[in-house]
Amino acid sequence: MTALAAQVGHIARRSLVRTLRQPASAIPPFIFPMALLAVTAAGLDSATRLPGFPSDSFLAFFLAFPFIQGALFATMNAGTDLARDIQTGFLNRLSLTPMRGAALVTGHLAGVVTMGAVQACFYLAVGLAAGVSIASGVLGALTILGLATLIALAFGALGTFFALRTGSGESVQGLFPLLFVGLFLSSMNLPRNLIEADWFRFTATINPISYLIEGVRSLIIEGWDAQALALGFGMAGMIAVLSLTASAWALRGRLTRT
Amino acid sequence: MSQQAEHGIEAESLVRVFKGDIRAVDGIDLAVEPGEIYGFLGPNGAGKSTTVHMLTTLLPPSSGRARVAGFDVVHEGPQVRRAIGAALQEAALDPLLTGREHLRLQCALHGIPRAERRHRANELLERVGLTLAADRKVKGYSGGMKRRLDLALALAHRPTILFLDEPTTGLDVQSRSALWVEVVRLARDEGVTVFLTTQYLEEADALADRVGIIDHGRIVAEGTTDELKAQIGRPTVEAIPGDGTEAAALARILERFGERTDGSPKGVSVRLSRGVGDLAEIVRALDSEGLRVEHLQLHAPSLDDVFLAKTGRSLEGAGEEAEAEEVEAET
Repeated sequence: MTALAAQVGHIARRSLVRTLRQPASAIPPFIFPMALLAVTAAGLDSATRLPGFPSDSFLAFFLAFPFIQGALFATMNAGTDLARDIQTGFLNRLSLTPMRGAALVTGHLAGVVTMGAVQACFYLAVGLAAGVSIASGVLGALTILGLATLIALAFGALGTFFALRTGSGESVQGLFPLLFVGLFLSSMNLPRNLIEADWFRFTATINPISYLIEGVRSLIIEGWDAQALALGFGMAGMIAVLSLTASAWALRGRLTRT
Repeated sequence: MSQQAEHGIEAESLVRVFKGDIRAVDGIDLAVEPGEIYGFLGPNGAGKSTTVHMLTTLLPPSSGRARVAGFDVVHEGPQVRRAIGAALQEAALDPLLTGREHLRLQCALHGIPRAERRHRANELLERVGLTLAADRKVKGYSGGMKRRLDLALALAHRPTILFLDEPTTGLDVQSRSALWVEVVRLARDEGVTVFLTTQYLEEADALADRVGIIDHGRIVAEGTTDELKAQIGRPTVEAIPGDGTEAAALARILERFGERTDGSPKGVSVRLSRGVGDLAEIVRALDSEGLRVEHLQLHAPSLDDVFLAKTGRSLEGAGEEAEAEEVEAET
């Protein structure tokens, strides 16, 4: 194993251990999305009777939502943990070792992504147990997990960037409601073509989160939709690349070691 | 086993300027010999931590040069970091990890082979007296335990130079003494060069082979504690009259033995012209005048006297002023 890979492994392990030892951080990503899924699916089931609604089951339609909400939790957890390291001086301690900057960000995100993947497995298992069938089959289910993991990476990197830039856990937490509003202003509850209000439809159309949701959703209720998948993976990849680039830039400013 | 390094710490005209043209460190020259314990004494905000951050490569200097363990801190940062260990001002620990996990992570990031890590972690835990608490999360540690773990982490990769930034601030007397013993052992038995910043006079007095006094980013005095005290020279005697109305008479008598200082708000204090030998004469003079004295004390020169003489201020309280300036600069 190369030194860099070993360093990434050590930092990732710490990130996971930290998350698992904070029930207040580890449990909500499992509970809240499921609670919202249950409440919304029960309350909005009649929406499936709208002409042109793409599924007979609102539960199946809405199952994409937890994957995105879980990723938003990854943003907050990734960011606040790193911000705490900055505030307590732990980052300085790590800086005094031969650890490379890339190992810090990658290791930190590896822990976040692992948690994201575990969450995605959980959401999928709950969906299947509740009677949802995955239209794209087993391979589609694996693709959902892959896309969900990429989304967790993208949002985790965003949280990492904010933490490195501001060095403040409070600032990172301030980002969460903003992203949550973004989630509600997407095609989370209805397909975009069925949103009546023009401003809402327009907002949902320019909102990248819509395409993340639609990518996951297409695999659950439609099967293999190349355009939806390309947009979903493309958007998640773009957010990931932009956030990682921004994080690398912020890390250079944060790690002033010579 | 002594493994004294060939190089210590050298700095030449080291400067660090922060936003708003704040010169936190303003042209420091240092020469710390290998195996020496160097005490860097000064109030809060004097520039001690900024100096440590530059010497440990965490902060690039604005100008000047510094070499640590023979390596340039700007151009050879990784080599410097391999040679040094540092326990910075706040014990930077993860409250959710155990002491043992901290040490294993530290050893791993320093590239210590897996087989050695367990042994090294156990050895250091034992040395700092944390074996029994090794598998407890750090959030349950006392301040002293955190500091000891911090020291153990700094020693994980067997550094030849150790930076300790106010290692005993906030510790109780017992924890402080234990840390002092370990610092002295490291220097004497293992030949580790120790650069220790402190705002405690007694700490510098007890530990340091040499002391540098820093104020407003500049070294205002440097030498062994004895040399520094000798620069101040004469002791002072302070007397408080038994009857407040006799203060003037008391002052007249004491002023025969030296010049008045303003060190005693309730009584009279004079710096003795001829040293300690005057004390017996003073007692006789007071007795012959029939003056009753409530309190009579001889003060040998201390490092605080050195600080007072060099800066015009006492070390106690100087930090508050400097901190206030620092806060203003930051805002």
